[in-house]
Amino acid sequence: MSYLLKRIAFYLFTAWAAITINFFIPRVIPGDPVQALITRSRGQMTSDAVQSLYVLFGLDKDASLVEQYFTYLGQLLRGDLGLSFTYFPSPVSQVLGDGLPWTLGLVGITTVLGFLIGTALGTGIGWRRGSWADALIPVTTFVSSIPYFWLGLIAIALLTGPDSFFPASGAYDNGLVPNPDLEFVGSVLRHGLLPAFTILISSMAGWILSMRNMMVTVASEDYVTVAHAKGLSDRRVMVSYAARNALLPNVSGFALSLGFIVGGTLLVEIVFSYPGLGLQLFQAVGAKDYPLMQGIFLIITLSVLLANFLADVAYLALDPRTRREG
Amino acid sequence: MTDAVLEVRGLNVDYGLGDDAVHAVRDVDLTLHRGEVLGLAGESGSGKSTLAYGLTRLLPPPGVIAGGEVLYHPDGGDPVDVLRMTLPELRRFRWAETAIVFQGAMNSLNPVHRISTQLTDVIKAHDPRGSSAARLARARELLRLVGISADRLDSYPHQLSGGMRQRVMIGMALALEPKVVIMDEPTTALDVVVQRQILRQLVELRERLGFSVVFITHDLSLLVEFSDRIAIMYGGRIVEQADSADLYRDPLHPYSHGLLNSFPALRGPKRELTGIPGSPPDLRAMPAGCSFHPRCPRALERCGAEVPVLGNPAEKRDTAHVAVGRRSPTDRTVACWLHPVHHDGL
Repeated sequence: MSYLLKRIAFYLFTAWAAITINFFIPRVIPGDPVQALITRSRGQMTSDAVQSLYVLFGLDKDASLVEQYFTYLGQLLRGDLGLSFTYFPSPVSQVLGDGLPWTLGLVGITTVLGFLIGTALGTGIGWRRGSWADALIPVTTFVSSIPYFWLGLIAIALLTGPDSFFPASGAYDNGLVPNPDLEFVGSVLRHGLLPAFTILISSMAGWILSMRNMMVTVASEDYVTVAHAKGLSDRRVMVSYAARNALLPNVSGFALSLGFIVGGTLLVEIVFSYPGLGLQLFQAVGAKDYPLMQGIFLIITLSVLLANFLADVAYLALDPRTRREG
Repeated sequence: MTDAVLEVRGLNVDYGLGDDAVHAVRDVDLTLHRGEVLGLAGESGSGKSTLAYGLTRLLPPPGVIAGGEVLYHPDGGDPVDVLRMTLPELRRFRWAETAIVFQGAMNSLNPVHRISTQLTDVIKAHDPRGSSAARLARARELLRLVGISADRLDSYPHQLSGGMRQRVMIGMALALEPKVVIMDEPTTALDVVVQRQILRQLVELRERLGFSVVFITHDLSLLVEFSDRIAIMYGGRIVEQADSADLYRDPLHPYSHGLLNSFPALRGPKRELTGIPGSPPDLRAMPAGCSFHPRCPRALERCGAEVPVLGNPAEKRDTAHVAVGRRSPTDRTVACWLHPVHHDGL
């Protein structure tokens, strides 16, 4: 238990460090976001309005850096991440709230599915080592080395078109209003299918490969031979003695990939113009939208930290050897 | 031989197939009697562990059984050939009739499951109808049997010492009250003190529960003390088989003689420790004739040409009536041209 508390303390510290870095980065990189906004409104602004914009964005030149830092922390605690430039005058938190469900829905579900399916297939292939199933291994090695956004481009080029069932971009048909009705949900599924498939294919291949190799290693362990000698059913030996142990190294990899759900598949969202956080980040970078970038970076860092923490907890639950006796 | 419980006849085990196959076990005949401890000794690579894996059909690939039969005699039933069982039959047979304690005391238990899980799952696999409370009670009983307190049930393997883990494995082997327990160097990884404790306990348990033991080790001194009968293996073959006292007092095969002279006796006059010159044969390039002849101090010309057959030595047969023992001395067999085999028909 004390181990877990120590980990929590460590993650809190890391989160604080990330938040602090997040505060300084926009202030050290060149370029003035307010100036960019003023240019966009073609100079139709009074100097008072300009000053209030600086204050609004937390870039008040009159306030000291320390003052700004504490204002920033205070705002953060209230969930106030400032205003987005590109979606002005929407607050960043609202913009993130719009994008996050799409990213979590698309990438989150496919990451989890890819892990589950890939691990299950890898278990089977590793257990029946030397059978025809091993022929799949070179294929998965090949597929796992293909970047998924490239796979996405190929899929768009080959499968989408004016008459195609698969739409090339977006998360739902333009004319539809987000409602939990059948038409909207169907449209979302149809739009999600292709990007989901590309992520699934390329992430699954990696899991198959690593799980298969771990299974082969574990299958020659003494305790697996003992389990056979005990006359346990083949299934029981495979699941409870071989796969259960082979899974351990993959758990941390899975937790890390959970952390990259938010930031990692940026390119897929760009390729499919999927309105998730990745696309927003892409737009924010193009528009020098610092508050939005800050917000997205914050979410990415926090999700990586959370995923790491989950990996620690999962390891603690799955491998008794990591538990320290009190 | 009516009191046999496990009979191995002409067992051959190869690693690999075809011409490249390495013959790790050749033409082994071995009989395990009810209630006895049969020791199986030999250097590393002599095929003793392969024999154990072969007769339980646990050979890891590329090991294959090339021929022979392993007859198991159930109480009052007809003998069954383990090598011809179907997979479900084999599953039911395993552990219920023949349990194994493996070489690696450290790795025989799955590190992620509690002791209780690993003790009860074997009971459940063979008797799915029993209640989990009954299984747990049995697991507690088994731990008590091997001298471990029952609160260790909730421990994980890494929380136990090496000796305790091996005790757990012995307890696990006895879970279904098998007739045969095969022990493959069960105490090799342990220090001598713990080794002794565990062996003493094993002998005690055997007297109480009446199972038979095949005890595999390279430590002949251990066997002389703990086993009833000893079979010596060399190059995949059994070269001598005798009551342990007979073997200790009067080894017939020069290899057995060499093994016995490799360790000092605690009592009695001091003698020169000689050991055996040379090293075990390469299984891929076995010498012609008796595989021991290149290392044998007493090799004859015939030894390099013809493989000696395992049989009752003629000279022992003549004096057999003088010997006192619970079994007839015709049980004693040796494969060596120094001791020509007595043929019953002649």
